[in-house]
Amino acid sequence: MGFLDIKQATKSYGAVQVLHETDISIEEGEFLVLVGPSGCGKSTLLNMIAGLEDITSGEIAIRDRSMNGVKPADRNIAMVFQSYALYPNMTVSGNISFGMEMHGIEKSEREKRIAQVSDLLQIKHLLDRKPGQLSGGQRQRVAMGRALVREPDVFLFDEPLSNLDAKLRVDMRTEIKKLHQKLGTTIVYVTHDQIEALTLSTRIAVMFGGYVQQLGTPKEIYDNPANMFVAGFMGSPSMNLFPAKVVSENGQPAAEVSLADGTKASIPFATDKLASDVGRDIILGIRPEAITDRDGADRNSQAVHIVDAPVEVTEPAGSDTFVVSQIGGKDVTGRFRADVAVNAGETFPFAFNMEKAVAFDPQSENRIA
Amino acid sequence: MSISEAANPRGSVVDRLRDALPKIVLSPTVAIVAIFVYGFILFTLYLSFTDSRILPTFGWVGWKNYENLFRIRAWDTAVTNLVIFGVLYIVICCALGLLLAILLDQRIRAEGFIRTVYLYPMALSFIVTGVAWKWFLDPGIGVEAVVRGWGWTTFEFNWIKDSDMAIYTIVIAAVWQTSGFVMAMFLAGLRGIDSEMMKAAQIDGASTFALYRRIVIPQLRPAFMSAFVVLAHMAIKSYDLVIALTGGGPGTATELPATFMYSYTFTRNQMGIGAASAVIMLMTIAAIIVPYLWSELREKK
Amino acid sequence: MASANAKSSFNLARFVLYTLLAVFCIYYLLPLYVMVVNSLKPLSEITAGGMMALPQEWTFAPWLSAWSSAQVGVEATGLRPYFLNSIIMVVPAVALSTMVGALNGYVLTKWTFPGATILFGLLLFGCFIPFQMVLIPMARMLGLMGLAGSVPGLIFVHFVYGIGFSTLYFRNYYAAFPTELVRAAQIDGAGFFRIFWRILLPSSGPIAVVCIIWQFTNIWNDFLFGASFSDFDSQPMTVALNNLVQSSTGVKEYNVHFAGAIMAALPTLFVYIVAGRYFVRGLMAGSVKG
Repeated sequence: MGFLDIKQATKSYGAVQVLHETDISIEEGEFLVLVGPSGCGKSTLLNMIAGLEDITSGEIAIRDRSMNGVKPADRNIAMVFQSYALYPNMTVSGNISFGMEMHGIEKSEREKRIAQVSDLLQIKHLLDRKPGQLSGGQRQRVAMGRALVREPDVFLFDEPLSNLDAKLRVDMRTEIKKLHQKLGTTIVYVTHDQIEALTLSTRIAVMFGGYVQQLGTPKEIYDNPANMFVAGFMGSPSMNLFPAKVVSENGQPAAEVSLADGTKASIPFATDKLASDVGRDIILGIRPEAITDRDGADRNSQAVHIVDAPVEVTEPAGSDTFVVSQIGGKDVTGRFRADVAVNAGETFPFAFNMEKAVAFDPQSENRIA
Repeated sequence: MSISEAANPRGSVVDRLRDALPKIVLSPTVAIVAIFVYGFILFTLYLSFTDSRILPTFGWVGWKNYENLFRIRAWDTAVTNLVIFGVLYIVICCALGLLLAILLDQRIRAEGFIRTVYLYPMALSFIVTGVAWKWFLDPGIGVEAVVRGWGWTTFEFNWIKDSDMAIYTIVIAAVWQTSGFVMAMFLAGLRGIDSEMMKAAQIDGASTFALYRRIVIPQLRPAFMSAFVVLAHMAIKSYDLVIALTGGGPGTATELPATFMYSYTFTRNQMGIGAASAVIMLMTIAAIIVPYLWSELREKK
Repeated sequence: MASANAKSSFNLARFVLYTLLAVFCIYYLLPLYVMVVNSLKPLSEITAGGMMALPQEWTFAPWLSAWSSAQVGVEATGLRPYFLNSIIMVVPAVALSTMVGALNGYVLTKWTFPGATILFGLLLFGCFIPFQMVLIPMARMLGLMGLAGSVPGLIFVHFVYGIGFSTLYFRNYYAAFPTELVRAAQIDGAGFFRIFWRILLPSSGPIAVVCIIWQFTNIWNDFLFGASFSDFDSQPMTVALNNLVQSSTGVKEYNVHFAGAIMAALPTLFVYIVAGRYFVRGLMAGSVKG
């Protein structure tokens, strides 16, 4: 039994099932991020945890207490909304104290807690203002203050940063991370931004089509995606996925790929997991940072292999240069050091770090190695 | 379900009551609408098949009231008048309203003031409008007398006393009262049109006339629809204005279904026939309103 | 040369435009002008064909007569008691229908249930029915309730048939009100009424104004219900004005009629001029389902 348990939970609207049997269990103090494209069921799941939507079947429990049929107010949760949902007619301190007032907390206690929270979030000077007079970042802080002051078992965040501009979003992300580390609270956080998911979470649930595709730590998700959806969705630029065939080379399994100039190249795998799959068509997955120029390759890796491939496009991005080549009919991007002299049209050595390569079954799209 | 009840033992009457609270709050309205709108409609519908005269009675007479209704000359007049009045009222209001809206949309000065002037009649009661126009159109003291006083001694304008022309005075007064409102509807429609599209059309070389005819007016279709529905339903319900302006006269020359229903029900004690005429009014309005509401509410879903 | 030409034709177009606008201003203002000037002159000036002229002799007597001594129906009470009737009728009817409409709008947008849209459609249709359809049963119902021929009876009728439009206004307004705020308040522990009272109502000022203005003008200007369900003592202003004008005994005191008509128009005109912005919005919302 974890701190927050989701057991076989489903959600249907009439005949449409928007969330299929879902099992997630997290411990106290964890930071769980639900990530996925819009319509994947992540917000529905969050609303079910909050009690804002009924659960069709299954169970959600907090601290081993079933929450089915329990009103949102009685679940000891707090929620930060995408639009912040600050009450426009109340001042900042009114917004923060409203929930405590509803729960019958005495005025002196309320004021004490408002003072603490506003100190923590540095919004003391805003307490008498109305939400309409605040900037986006300030509203965001107030919304968090309103949640924090309740001292709930679980914090729920529904895409809290998506209404902020890019710079502020990064700052607030850091701030949320710091708060979590400082307070050790349990958080469930919904976002469609995979970078937010990777930076903030202790565990990530990647969702798509009403299913949890993979539940794991950021590192597991990033390095060992369970399927091609997770591989493509997490990471930016996203993982290269291109067709290959398993061949045997010197008794070792290798991936044979076709290059844009019509030649074929074979790249030995770092392990012999696919030794029994010789002849099988696979989708090879390898992240851009594992395809580099020769000198940029990871020195600790035992399995760097050079492939000479024609360069199609180069995209200098300041710190790095992204170099694109066609492999197996797909654009494959490598991440080269910025000062490498590489030009479109020429054939250039690409260094593949096969320790980081994964393989998927083309039909089921699940990872096989 | 069983889980929730086990975990929440107080999930009892109080909880269930609280969950039902929104419906409880809505229920008086539902009851009121059920009784005072739909119940009453059914009651009147039933009466239209009975031999009710001064008071409602429940002797079933089948379609007799409807048969009689269509034999009554006054009903014939009322329906003819409604067609004349309704068509002229809707067409003139829309034409005038559109013209005024386009004039007002030319970035003119004092727009707020002019708009206020065009629209204020809408705030008045039809009775007030009726009184004002009744005496203004009265040949004894109104326009005719005034023009004759200015020296044109043969000038004649006695429509309000003329059985053939009196219905048009109703149109005049009703248009005066409502056209400003139609103007406001069209103006709102005009203001909703993307100004970049207007610029694009101007760059394409469209003249002002072509701009409005080809680009702007076709986009006002929703405003036309709304205006039509509002005006049509007002025309069918028109009662006050006729009472105040002509009292249905001279004779029965300006009788409309609404006045006919009232006089047959309450002064001529032919309640069954009055009810039948009300049913026909309802059907006419429903034929216009129901499709409109249907499309409006379905779109939103 | 060309530009000078363009400019002069431009000016001509503007001249025509403003002339047209002015002509229509006269058209709309003329009846008001006639009412006002003729309410301030002796009867003899009107009957002598001077309707369009300014008064030669300014007098306030028609106003006094219309207010307190003119013959309305059988009694020479002036319009004052009926003006009061209308006020006593309008205030509670507007207040009640607006309050109920606000609650209905809240339920229909923030606590929806299957069938809510159909219910709303049925409610809305009730706004458009010809009221001739309900006159007969309503007369009986008021009799059964002991409210026949009384001001409370009229209040009840206007309340009942005012709910549809007030619900329409609040529903459309609350539909645009962020549902996340309601959810946040739910999580904060506020219940059904608390959310309405503390979260929605404080933000409902604009729509309340629109709804109140709409209901006020509609109920004040109503004639059909007033004529059908009132006695001599409980007549509203519109019915009394019509009786004043239509009374066939004696000389027609046109100047008194005009003064009375202005009195009946003043409250709604006042509202229109003070809150014209909201008035227009009300008209629009009442016709175009938003």
